[in-house]
Amino acid sequence: MSALSSSSKSSRSGLFGEGFDLGRLLLEGRAFFALIAIIVIFSMLSPFYFSVSNFLTMSSHVAIFGFLAIGMLLVILNGGIDLSVGSTLGLCGVVAGWLMQGITVEGAGVILYPPVWAVVVLTLALGAAVGAVNGVLIAYFKVPAFVATLGVMYVARGVALLMTNGLTFNNLAGKADLGNTGFDWLGFNRIANVPIGVIILAVLAVAAGLMLSRSAFGRWLYASGGNARAAELSGVPVKRVQIAVYMMSGVCAAIAGLVLSSQLTSAGPTAGTTYELTAIAAVVIGGAALTGGRGTIRGTMLGAFVIGFLSDGLVIIGVSAYWQTVFTGAVIVLAVLLNSIQYKAKPKKS
Amino acid sequence: MNDIPQAKPDTREVVLAARNVAKSYGSVHALKGVNFDIHRGQVTTLFGENGAGKSTLMKILSGVIQPTTGKILLDGQPVSFHSSSHAQALGISIIHQELSLATNMNVRDNIFLGREIRTPSAVDYAEEERLTRLLLEELEEDIDPLTPVEELRLGQQQIVEIARALSVKSRILIMDEPTSALSATEVEVLFKVIRDLTSRGVSIVYISHHLEEALTITDHAVVLRDGNMTAYAPRAEIDLEWIVRNMVGENFDLGSPPEGYDFGAPALSIQNLTVMDEAGAGFAVVDNLSLDIKAGEIVCIYGLMGAGRTELMETVAGRLSKAGGAIRLHGHEVSHLTIAQRIESGLCLVPEDRQRDGLVQTMSVGQNLSLASIRNFTRGLFTSRKDESRLIDDTIRDVTVKTDGGGAAIGSLSGGNQQKVVIGKMLATHPTVIMLDEPSRGIDIGAKAEVFRLLAERARDGLAVLYSTSEVSECLSIAHRIIVMHKGHISAEFGPDATKEQIMAASGESVAA
Repeated sequence: MSALSSSSKSSRSGLFGEGFDLGRLLLEGRAFFALIAIIVIFSMLSPFYFSVSNFLTMSSHVAIFGFLAIGMLLVILNGGIDLSVGSTLGLCGVVAGWLMQGITVEGAGVILYPPVWAVVVLTLALGAAVGAVNGVLIAYFKVPAFVATLGVMYVARGVALLMTNGLTFNNLAGKADLGNTGFDWLGFNRIANVPIGVIILAVLAVAAGLMLSRSAFGRWLYASGGNARAAELSGVPVKRVQIAVYMMSGVCAAIAGLVLSSQLTSAGPTAGTTYELTAIAAVVIGGAALTGGRGTIRGTMLGAFVIGFLSDGLVIIGVSAYWQTVFTGAVIVLAVLLNSIQYKAKPKKS
Repeated sequence: MNDIPQAKPDTREVVLAARNVAKSYGSVHALKGVNFDIHRGQVTTLFGENGAGKSTLMKILSGVIQPTTGKILLDGQPVSFHSSSHAQALGISIIHQELSLATNMNVRDNIFLGREIRTPSAVDYAEEERLTRLLLEELEEDIDPLTPVEELRLGQQQIVEIARALSVKSRILIMDEPTSALSATEVEVLFKVIRDLTSRGVSIVYISHHLEEALTITDHAVVLRDGNMTAYAPRAEIDLEWIVRNMVGENFDLGSPPEGYDFGAPALSIQNLTVMDEAGAGFAVVDNLSLDIKAGEIVCIYGLMGAGRTELMETVAGRLSKAGGAIRLHGHEVSHLTIAQRIESGLCLVPEDRQRDGLVQTMSVGQNLSLASIRNFTRGLFTSRKDESRLIDDTIRDVTVKTDGGGAAIGSLSGGNQQKVVIGKMLATHPTVIMLDEPSRGIDIGAKAEVFRLLAERARDGLAVLYSTSEVSECLSIAHRIIVMHKGHISAEFGPDATKEQIMAASGESVAA
């Protein structure tokens, strides 16, 4: 699975020979070499690190950040930022849990138990709706992306807390006689021993990679992130692209919320707190420019794996959680430092 | 005292001199070995068209940029300026054409920005205010020093900019188009201040497009053309005609209007178009303007900065919205269409500022070229790589872009080739009407000629072309018809046999009175 995804991801840069750009190769190679180094170092430090089953477990941890990072990459490529993804993740998890408990319809005196597929669809729609709010605020009301998504971050978290009174939905299993079992499939099942979450991540990454490299929408996304004025004058529907990008980010957060609450078999309103920062870190480590227009899915996935494999490795060798935070921070600063050196080296325009 | 140097100006002491100064940006030579003298207590005016190298030379003399080769002599001693503040410390300051004020701050704070008068514990606002008041009195401008700059009109902002330069007490003051937004009385006051400064021994370097206005104040005239100094003379020996001749050149060939075919039906028809200014000050930048362009016809709009050319084109393209009037493309109203829909129906704009509005710097040459026509090679969900690379290769050949190929970085191209990419991008959408806003801005003469040849060829195939320029010589090249715009109106219309003097007169350029 991962072989398929990486080959199709690497083909994205082939068209204009971007892949042969030395700077770009170094840039992407950097995150790759960092990942190799992390694997080698931890394999030497711990006998348990280097095994297929550990890699798969770590990958399913990475998947949560990976979903958010894909959505975040789209937003950052477009020249924006989405601080609301962590809260959206939490809100979507809570709503999914709430739907699984059954909806009491007061007037009719019945309790509706929607099937799992309906829960998934409704949750994804909720994520898209939250994203649409972000997008409309930013594209049409000209609220700076940072502020708009900061506000939505608070609102979404607040709504999630209100819905549960601060408590957690613990019973997500459903009942066989109600026909709504199977929610735990997302978090626990495996296909060919690969966790479902990792498979969804691979599929999503391939789809997003194809969209960015091969579709008109992807080109529009890069163009309006690189220079919105020029894109607009070239006939790119800049505002529609912007809204769509935030909606996609919201859907990615909803997927992460579903998979996470399935993995934990509970939906808590505080799930995903500060995850938006981890997602931004993954995108930045993956070489994307926060100013927009530069970055790839491949880089972002490597960035997510660097963060995930590093923090899980530190747990395995028994380093204190406080040190993990220090290490993660140092890696992020180093990545941004290298990014700015890289982009400064680009030929200056006259 | 002032009478003697008028007669024999060259005997005056040279305070600042450029010797063989050249500046290149990549393959573009902005300045090709210029010698330039500034005399103590005199006004030296630099004449030249856009892109002649005036601003480049001034930036070198004020330390903003460093010359590629050549020497700068200050009081006869070679110097090299590390930065503009270094130059300022040596007594050279510059008033830039683009205002560089912090509009959220008041006049006093802007004038002393970065040079605040300090008491041991704080900023001495009272003293700053007193000095600001004195400066503004000298400039006879009734502005309260505590007014936020954003509340001033453009002309007053320019006065503040001038006041700031005066407050430094420089020996050499460079003024790049200081009067472009000033009223006639304000210009008179400025000239009085300039005379006062020169009598105190301050040297002035003056740049202006208002030729006649500049002639009233200058002691020397220097003319630049395509990065070379073409003429140099004291005021007594020159007149307006001399300047224009040297600015434009005698044998200046940018092609001629394509002939031997008939124009088709009107392609673009603008009727009573009115556009209000973007800032909301309530005046019309395009005022009840009507214009028809036929298929195959090339129309040139000439006008000064602020005449409304850019606003006219951006409104027709769909970027700005109109306050009244109609825009018809082949008889169909297009005012309600988006930019994308207008491009699809065959109307496109090559914007004035290619860095800001024309190119996506993060994308390759090929991706820039195909951006506007991406719908044409999208098959279902995905773009067709084969069709796209064919389109890119064809366009690169058609518009003769000199590049290593579609994958090259856009920043690696020269200004002229970048401009061809922007034009090629729009031509790839198969337009029937193309508008080009200052297509020759900042590109060298060879590239200009190629751009015009390309447009002439396309016009022969039935393309309606509307281009704007602020260089008279470019009006008299491929245009079948020359429209002169002044303050939002069409002030005159000429055929291709008009003279440069006629066109300039109609634009309000040389008729200052």
